[in-house]
Amino acid sequence: MQEPILEVNHLKKYFDIRGGVFGKKVGAVKAVDDVSFTVNEGEILGIVGESGCGKSTTGKALLRLIEPTEGEVKFNDQDITQVNSEEMRQLRRDMQIIFQDPYASLNPRHTVEKIVAEPLLVHGMTNAKERKERVKELLEIVGLRAYHASRYPHQFSGGQRQRIGIARALANNPKLIICDEPVSALDVSVQSQILNLMSDLRDQFNLTYLFIAHDLSVVKHISDRVGVMYLGRMVELADKDELYENPKHPYTQALLSAVPVADPDETGERIILQGDVPSPSNPPSGCPFHTRCPQAMDICQEVTPTFQDHSDQHYVACHLYE
Amino acid sequence: MSDTILELNNLHTHFFTDSGEIPAVDGVSFHVNKGEVVGVVGESGCGKSVTSLSVMQLVPSPPGRIVSGEINFKGENLAFASEKRMRQIRGNEIAMIFQEPMTSLDPLYSIGNQLVEAIRMHNKMSKKEARLKAIEMLDLVGIPRASEVVDEFPHQLSGGMRQRVMIAMAMACDPELLIADEPTTALDVTIQAQILDLMRDLNKQKDTGILLITHDLGVVAEMCDRVVVMYAGQVVEEGTVREILKDPKHPYTKGLIRSLPNLHEKEQKLYSIPGTVPKVTMDSVGCRFAPRCEYAFGRCFSENPALYETEDHRYARCFLYDDFEEQEVATHAGTDSRS
Repeated sequence: MQEPILEVNHLKKYFDIRGGVFGKKVGAVKAVDDVSFTVNEGEILGIVGESGCGKSTTGKALLRLIEPTEGEVKFNDQDITQVNSEEMRQLRRDMQIIFQDPYASLNPRHTVEKIVAEPLLVHGMTNAKERKERVKELLEIVGLRAYHASRYPHQFSGGQRQRIGIARALANNPKLIICDEPVSALDVSVQSQILNLMSDLRDQFNLTYLFIAHDLSVVKHISDRVGVMYLGRMVELADKDELYENPKHPYTQALLSAVPVADPDETGERIILQGDVPSPSNPPSGCPFHTRCPQAMDICQEVTPTFQDHSDQHYVACHLYE
Repeated sequence: MSDTILELNNLHTHFFTDSGEIPAVDGVSFHVNKGEVVGVVGESGCGKSVTSLSVMQLVPSPPGRIVSGEINFKGENLAFASEKRMRQIRGNEIAMIFQEPMTSLDPLYSIGNQLVEAIRMHNKMSKKEARLKAIEMLDLVGIPRASEVVDEFPHQLSGGMRQRVMIAMAMACDPELLIADEPTTALDVTIQAQILDLMRDLNKQKDTGILLITHDLGVVAEMCDRVVVMYAGQVVEEGTVREILKDPKHPYTKGLIRSLPNLHEKEQKLYSIPGTVPKVTMDSVGCRFAPRCEYAFGRCFSENPALYETEDHRYARCFLYDDFEEQEVATHAGTDSRS
């Protein structure tokens, strides 16, 4: 269980900002800035953060759907940032992704059968009959019926579409699935169905998930460990119970206290952060959170805190703990 | 507290589409008192937004139309009021804020322009006075450098700031009722906390009644005094926040609350309501929730339940609370509930 299946070292993704007559580079958006973590086999690692913190970019950069600028992504000890496109295509059999919007990620002109069979065909299952069988099997695994195969995406509800997306991701028996906000577009009662399905599938096929979401309660429910991102950086990473019960980083503390809880007796102290997230094209010097941090010190403006193990696999990037 | 400012009475708003008539709002009744925050919760398609749009007569028509019912605002029925009368009311006595602040602000006009327009529409004021009022409002909703922001354009502001501008615009004429349709759904949690805080302050300061439309029970717990739960176009349950969240009566509300992942509890398996929200048509019979309900019995499929009073001032649309059925139900619930 404790073998890392994915190891990310100092991953960076900068998007160039071009301007002027000749389209010269005038700056960069540091979407992901020096992020490191590992995912163990069979584990669910949750990544939370607000919009624009770089969590989705991280997910896509791991599959090289967005080419990382710098850093190392080791999948089963192989650095995938170095392989050529054909090898990468082969590797993607083991690494799949589920997207947020089940309306936009399924081709409306293709039947479910074609959508789910596509990855099978790409990875060499050339026998049409075999593919058909496999599609049926997959649909049943995700809780749909075999006869749904001949229908089109618009005939399904949001939850069912997300099931189709999951079936497609499962087609080639992947080892790692990156889930980019898989339940954010769904209603509460459907959301819980999909979350349960995802944890069942993990147990059934020994999958590993990188679960990216902005909803802290959802991430807590499904994950084993949770990482918190802010402005392109990982600020805290720990076992989920440790993180939620004993958050160290002031940002994590504020984030947790800001979640409205459906319980009128819950009157926990609320930390209300002032202002907005700064622009990632011009991040603050030093610690990126110092502009909103209630506990900021002088050093925070100048020195970027290092992301280090504080105690027992609880990683924090904050000067308070150095 | 008990001055009712808004009372919906058996409101029906239907959509007339090519594939038939759809009762999006099917006999909804509830009320909002002065200075009270009432939450309307439900999942997408339950008719909560159409209800709020009906109050403002903003339902896109065609295909939508208020078919029958009353919308009593301070004793005046707005359901069939003239467009002229509605223009006097909208933004002045009842104001509304929407989910997506970017689409509700005009990208071509400066913030100040848009605020001044709203203010001068309902007040006799010179442009100069209105501009000062606009800056004052921006200040009130906690926008830093209000005197500069007033000349900026919507794209220059962040999502949270835009929502503050919307609130400033809504509050500019001191409305008695603010309808907030998913005001924080598009915002991040830390920004959501700021906006909820602001709305609560305004509610206290100005004693504005708020009708808060949301799907988030957490937001409801934080903001509301009373809650109306909607499902498939109907009110299924009504009560105070505490009653609804702590002791839900209707099986749908129960299921909804149980399927929430909780920050403070450790559960391996989430409860989920089987199936999905049904499409409702004019000839739907029976309880709308019956196909997904674990307590459903014969009568639920053939007859639409009324809102039964379960306790003092608490209502649930479920045969479980019909006094005549109680005996029979007890046996049913005993055999196949607890899963």
